[in-house]
Amino acid sequence: MSVPLLEAQGVTMRFGGVSAVADVNFVLGEVELRCLIGPNGAGKSTFFKILTGQLRPTEGVIRFRGQDITGAHPHVIARLGVGIKTQVPNVFNGLTVREGIGIAAGRRKSLKRARQIVDETMELLQLTPIAGMPVGQLAHGQRQWVEIATVLAQEPDLILLDEPAAGMTHEEVLRTSELIRMINQKQALVVVEHDMQFIRMIAKTVTVFNRGRILIENTVDAVLADPEVRDVYLGKQTH
Amino acid sequence: MDLTGLLGFNVLVGIGTLALITVGLGVIYGMMKIINLAHGEFMMLGAYATYVSTAHGINIWIAMLVISPLFVGLVGLVVERTLIRFLYGRMIDTMLATWGLSLGLIGLMTSIFGNDPRGVSTPLHSFAIGRYDASLYGIVIILAACASLIGLFAMLRMTRFGLIVRATMQNPNMAAALGVAPPRIYMATFALGAALAGLAGGVLAPISGVSPVMGAAFIAKAFITVLGGGAAIVTGTALASTIFGFINEIVSFKTTPVIGEVALLLAAVVMIRILPQGITGRFLRRSL
Amino acid sequence: MKTLKIARPRPTGGAAGFITVVVIGIALLLGLPSIFSTFGLLQMTVFAAMAIFALSQGFIWGFGGILCFGQSAFLGLGGYAYAVAALNMTDTTGAVALAILVPMVFAAGLGYFMFYGRISDAYIGVITLTVTIILFNLINSTSGDIYHIGAAPLGGFNGIPSVPPINIPGDPNDQLDPTGLWYAAMGALILCYIFLKWVLGTRFGRVVVAIRENETRSQLLGYDPRLYKLLTFVIGAGIAGLAGCLYTNWGAFISPTVFNLTMSAQVIIYVLVGGLGTLIGPILGAIAIQYLIVLAGGQHVIDPNLLLGVVLIAFVLLVPQGVVPVIRAGASRLLGSRRAPAAANMVTADALPHSSAQQEPGQ
Repeated sequence: MSVPLLEAQGVTMRFGGVSAVADVNFVLGEVELRCLIGPNGAGKSTFFKILTGQLRPTEGVIRFRGQDITGAHPHVIARLGVGIKTQVPNVFNGLTVREGIGIAAGRRKSLKRARQIVDETMELLQLTPIAGMPVGQLAHGQRQWVEIATVLAQEPDLILLDEPAAGMTHEEVLRTSELIRMINQKQALVVVEHDMQFIRMIAKTVTVFNRGRILIENTVDAVLADPEVRDVYLGKQTH
Repeated sequence: MDLTGLLGFNVLVGIGTLALITVGLGVIYGMMKIINLAHGEFMMLGAYATYVSTAHGINIWIAMLVISPLFVGLVGLVVERTLIRFLYGRMIDTMLATWGLSLGLIGLMTSIFGNDPRGVSTPLHSFAIGRYDASLYGIVIILAACASLIGLFAMLRMTRFGLIVRATMQNPNMAAALGVAPPRIYMATFALGAALAGLAGGVLAPISGVSPVMGAAFIAKAFITVLGGGAAIVTGTALASTIFGFINEIVSFKTTPVIGEVALLLAAVVMIRILPQGITGRFLRRSL
Repeated sequence: MKTLKIARPRPTGGAAGFITVVVIGIALLLGLPSIFSTFGLLQMTVFAAMAIFALSQGFIWGFGGILCFGQSAFLGLGGYAYAVAALNMTDTTGAVALAILVPMVFAAGLGYFMFYGRISDAYIGVITLTVTIILFNLINSTSGDIYHIGAAPLGGFNGIPSVPPINIPGDPNDQLDPTGLWYAAMGALILCYIFLKWVLGTRFGRVVVAIRENETRSQLLGYDPRLYKLLTFVIGAGIAGLAGCLYTNWGAFISPTVFNLTMSAQVIIYVLVGGLGTLIGPILGAIAIQYLIVLAGGQHVIDPNLLLGVVLIAFVLLVPQGVVPVIRAGASRLLGSRRAPAAANMVTADALPHSSAQQEPGQ
């Protein structure tokens, strides 16, 4: 029985009297791709922040390859091999594309290897033409890709993406979905998303959040056909 | 027994002084999250207002309690309109700009009045606690501090203006949507904070002496007490002043006033480390 | 909330700019003694010392994003460390070393306390300000014979007079005269400039700037911002300490006024006027403002504090990025550079965490 890549047990997050996340159990295998969906306020972003170490859960345990990372500092989690793309893009606005990705690639690697990673990553995301541009001057879609490139340059084993398709044009969304499928050949991904079309393009297994709990976890087709999921999205009260 | 009484009295005066010099800064910080580094100089202006008034024969109580707050409140109004309002939301910039204001005011007053400290005579004298003499003026300070805090509390809780102020503090956009103009509230609040600083300067003038650089002695203490107190203006100021004032007086009593001041500053720095949001960031969060 | 706009962190505007600055510096180093009288040279020496002080503030603030309102604490600690050590030792080489090390040790402790304590950026300003006031109060009250370290009386508000000047290492009798002191000060300035430019080019330096650009992203890439800020803070303190040592040498004297608010305010003004996010900016700002103060002190029309205050306000409101970036931007445009000019790359520095930020439930 192999150790799962990422595991959450009994995770609960209370703010005052409100449980944003309640008793969530979650397992992710190596090289697995999982989508987290759910209506607004369902707790998926809070859960995501718990996974990334930006929030410490009130109860419960998070394990990465068996190692307890509950409430660990974000930089510690990142060093274990977890790459994170946040909902609001967190990029180095004042640095050029190349410099920013270089910061990601350069940690604990030789200069030569780092440069190689930077070149390859920029090539992959077709950023080479704008390598010398300051990131703050790029369009929104390009900034999203720069952020994804920055995350990839870390060479993580697990990539957490919070709304990667937000604000993108249709072409950009298509390209991003191809990218994700390609990344998934070697790396595991957890994607939080609202855009149903995007989910359809990339999803294999989907976990649906509602009111802080997991409503259902199944293949994308089963989930999207489920009447309870539809009710939840349309606002009908479920128990 | 007498010594305890004297010490107790001094502790109260110390707390009162600290509360008095802090409350004006707290109003401005609590409302607008602005750190006004010219606060000490506002106090200095209040002290000078009292000095000039009494030198022209005006009754000292009127000078301290009416003229000083009004004068500095007006100055605050002008400062807010000409400087602060361009820098809302830019905390570091306001710190720098108010620091510049502080230097400017020191320079201005030095140009007008020169460097020499002026005196304002204490209107009251000493009374006896057993074998020791205590200054009756200490009671004035305690009363002024209490009046400021209670008055502020009453204004916030019971007047319509206070309600508007609280609403704007919590959610300026919503308040605007309801017809309140946040810029005017900020203007009024800054003026109020300045007036309270002027009051403090006037009341403390007989004790501290009046010179252009007197503000420097107060700014660090006031600042660190505001940050230690946290977001709630009245409760935060009261609690932080009590704790830090107590430490200040006890340590001063055991060693020297300078060490006592250092103890206050150190205690506050440690407190902020433990409670980064101040006391009322953790306890009594919903209080005023 | 946004704060000062900082020019893109290009330390010297490129290799050409760097070499130009160093060459001009060496020219001044060698040439000035022939031009200036002893008095003028002494004036230039304190300008150089304050320029080093400004470099320390400019480094930690413009590149490290650390808002220190009490950098004068390290200036003073360096100055006092030198004075005390020089009065106790025969050879001043150890004293100079202590002038650099004592502030660094102090900064390590204070920095650990602040950066590992999750204190927000604005509070760091207040705490460092408070620390320098604490030091002022403490040292100010040390008059009286019982306050001495070895053979050095601390002197309280009177300060420590007759501090021995630096001697050539190994030869205690060969003490620096004013010209020698100028060489030492200007040489130190050039070396500090080169040193900081080098640091900013290392991997460490690049991460420091990245943390200033976006601390969250840096963390998410595996860098511990607390450690980098601490090291930056310590380096800045060492450089300020060196400035303090030179400052003490300039007057053969040190007093608690080195810790006061005016000193802390001045160095911030130097950096702001010169240009936050550059290395040459603080140097030029220091020289310009000090020259302005000297001019203002000589006349009796405008009080120096008033002048400084107006300058600070004017720059915060009108030219917040400082003079050097504006000049660079203008020069780039004039020369028709293909690279986007620095001014167009104005990016806001890290938004300050709102001090009462609450986590929202839901989401």
